[in-house]
Amino acid sequence: MSAGANPDVLVRVEGLVKHFPVKTGALFGGSGEVVHAVDGVDLEIRRGETLGLVGETGCGKSTLARCIIRLLEPTSGRVVFDGQDIAGASARELRTFRSRAQLVFQDPYGSLNPRRRVGSIIGDPFEIHGVAKGGDRVERVKALMRVVGLNPEHYNRFPAEFSGGQRQRIGIARAIALQPCLVVCDEPVSALDVSIRAQILNLLGDLQAEFGLTYLFISHDLSVVEHVSDRVAVMYLGKIVEVAPAADLYAHPRHPYTAALLSAVPVADPDVADRHQRTILTGDPPSPLDPPRACRFHPRCPKAQPVCAEREPALEPRLGDGPEHTAACHFPVADGELLPTAPALAGEPWPSRP
Amino acid sequence: MSFPTPDGVVEAVRGVSFGVERGRTLAIVGESGSGKSVSTHAIVGLIRGARVSGRALFEGRDLLAMPADDLRRVRGAGIGMIFQSPQSSLHPYYRVGWQLEEAIRAHERVEKKAARARAIELLRLVGIPRAERRVDDYPHQFSGGMLQRTMIAIAVALNPRLLIADEPTTALDVTVQAQIIDLMRRLQAEFGTAILMITHDLGVVAGMADEIAVMYAGQVMETAPRRPLYRHSHHPYTEGLLRSLPRADAPRARLTPIRGQPPSLIGPPPGCPFQARCDYVMDLCVERPPLAPVQGDPGHRSACWLPPDRWAQ
Repeated sequence: MSAGANPDVLVRVEGLVKHFPVKTGALFGGSGEVVHAVDGVDLEIRRGETLGLVGETGCGKSTLARCIIRLLEPTSGRVVFDGQDIAGASARELRTFRSRAQLVFQDPYGSLNPRRRVGSIIGDPFEIHGVAKGGDRVERVKALMRVVGLNPEHYNRFPAEFSGGQRQRIGIARAIALQPCLVVCDEPVSALDVSIRAQILNLLGDLQAEFGLTYLFISHDLSVVEHVSDRVAVMYLGKIVEVAPAADLYAHPRHPYTAALLSAVPVADPDVADRHQRTILTGDPPSPLDPPRACRFHPRCPKAQPVCAEREPALEPRLGDGPEHTAACHFPVADGELLPTAPALAGEPWPSRP
Repeated sequence: MSFPTPDGVVEAVRGVSFGVERGRTLAIVGESGSGKSVSTHAIVGLIRGARVSGRALFEGRDLLAMPADDLRRVRGAGIGMIFQSPQSSLHPYYRVGWQLEEAIRAHERVEKKAARARAIELLRLVGIPRAERRVDDYPHQFSGGMLQRTMIAIAVALNPRLLIADEPTTALDVTVQAQIIDLMRRLQAEFGTAILMITHDLGVVAGMADEIAVMYAGQVMETAPRRPLYRHSHHPYTEGLLRSLPRADAPRARLTPIRGQPPSLIGPPPGCPFQARCDYVMDLCVERPPLAPVQGDPGHRSACWLPPDRWAQ
C-alpha cells in the first residue's frame, strides 16, 4: 500500500487509534482504565464509492467515522483527506475541510433544533461558511429542499411538523448544501419505518449519481449495507477484520465473525429462513476496556486455535482471494464451509417444573 | 380503541380480531402507529386512558371484563410478557436475581431460598454464563442481550401458556437477535407456549411465525399463514412492505418504496386507510373493505376490494 498519491483514494486512514479514558472514580485520580474504541485501523475510501462499515454496537464504527471527519481528535494515527493530513490541519484548513466532509445523523428527532425553522436549519452551512446571503440564500435553500424531495413552501415550518422520513431529508439537505466530497451517513435509516426507509435509500442513491458524492455508510443492518455499498468493511472491537467488494463479502465471507454475522441476518422469505443454517455465536462481545489478546474474536470463534490467542493475524488476502478482498484471520472460512454451531446453546436441558 | 387527546380523538385500533392457538406463533407486523403494540398491551390491561371496546378471550375468559385482581393473577402466571427495551423494563436499583424472585413470589408461595434457586436455574436456562454469580448483579452490569434474556427468564418463570413479545429483538444486534429468537423457539417447542409476537420486521418472523397479521392505521389489512403471505400477498400494503426491502439478488437496484406517509389517526377518512398511498386505488375504496377470504389458502384473508383471485388472472 504505497499509493500515497493515488488520485482514486479520497480518504486514507493509517494506524488510527482512539482511546477514551474511563471517567469513573475521577475524584480519586481516575481508574486509569482506557476504552479501546478504535485500535489501529487502516482503511481507504475511494472517490465516488460507497464504503459500507458494519459491526455491532460498541465495535467502534461511529468513533472511527467521527475521527475521519475530525469531530473527534484521534489518539494517534493519520487521516489523509484528498492528500492533506487532517490530524495536523490548522483551524483555517479545518474550516475548508468541514465544508467538504459532512455527516448525516441517525436520529432525525435529535439532530434538528426544534425551535428553529427548517429553512434556517438547512441554510446554516451557507451562513457559517459565508457562501450565500439574503434572498440568494433563501433561493438556494429552496432549491435544496426540492432536490431532497421536500416542498419548498414548508421553508418556515418547524421540525416538529415533519415526519421522521421528512426530517431525515432535512438532515440530508443540510449535509449536501455545500456540495461536499464526502458524506458520512451514520445509521441514516435505522430510525425509519420500512416503507420510508426505501424512499431515503433511493434519495441517497440519486444524490450520489447527481453530485458524485462519496459515502461512508455506517449501519448495523447488513441487508441495507449490501444494497448500497460498493465495498464493505467489517469491524469488531476496534479493529477492521475484513474488507471486500460487497458482492464478494456477502458470497464468500472469510472471517468467521463476518460469516456468523451474515448467517444471523433474518431473511424475509420463509423457504430460505427454514433452510438457513445459522451460526449462533455465544455470549457477547468482550469489553473494549480489556480486549482479548491477538485476534480479538478468538474467545467467541468456533474455529479458534491456540495460535489465535498468541499472534495477531494481518489484514491480507486469504485463500487465493484477489488484493481487493482482505481478512484478518489465521483460519479463514472456505467457500461453502459450515461453521460449527456453538455447543453451549445446543444442549442444556430445560429444568423441570412443579 | 381510542385515546382522547387535546388535538382530537386518536382512533388507534379500529375493529381488530386475531387469535393464537396453543403452541403456535402469531406475528403482528406493522409500522409505527399501526396499533400493533397498543392492541396487545390493551388485552392485558396495560393501557391507561383509552376507551376500549370488544373482547379479549384467554382460555375462554374475557380479560377486558375481568376484575383487576384476577387479571393480575393471569398476567405473569398465565401470560408472560417481553418488551422492546430491556434496559427500561428492569428496575435499576434492584439486583437481577431479586427481580426474578419477586416475579415468582408474587404468584406462588415459595420459600426465599427456593425462589433464589429457581432464579439461578432460569438465568442458566436462558444462557447467562455463571448464573450463580450473575444473579447478584445489577441491571447495568448486564449487556442488552443479557437483559433481554433476563426479561425472557422473568416472562417464562411461571411457565405461562401465552407469551407476548413486543419487538423483543429490535434493540439488539443481529447476532444477539438470532440468539433470542432461537431461545424463544426452544421454549415453545419444550412447553407448547403460544407466542404473540409484535414486530415491524418482516425478516425476523419469516422463519418463526405460523400465522402473520399485517396491521396498518389501526386495522388488520391481511392475515395468512406465513408462506402464502410472503409468496402471494393479496393486500397492496403487504405487497408494498415486501417490495421496500432490499433484495440480495438485486443489489444497488432502486428500491420500490410506498409513496407518501401514513394517515393521521385523528378523524381518519372513511374507507380503506391505505387508499391515499395505494397503486391500485379505485372508486370502491371509499368504503371500508371487510377482511374477506382470498383464493388459495383457507386461512388467508385480506381487507381489500381487489378480486380474491387477483393472482389467478
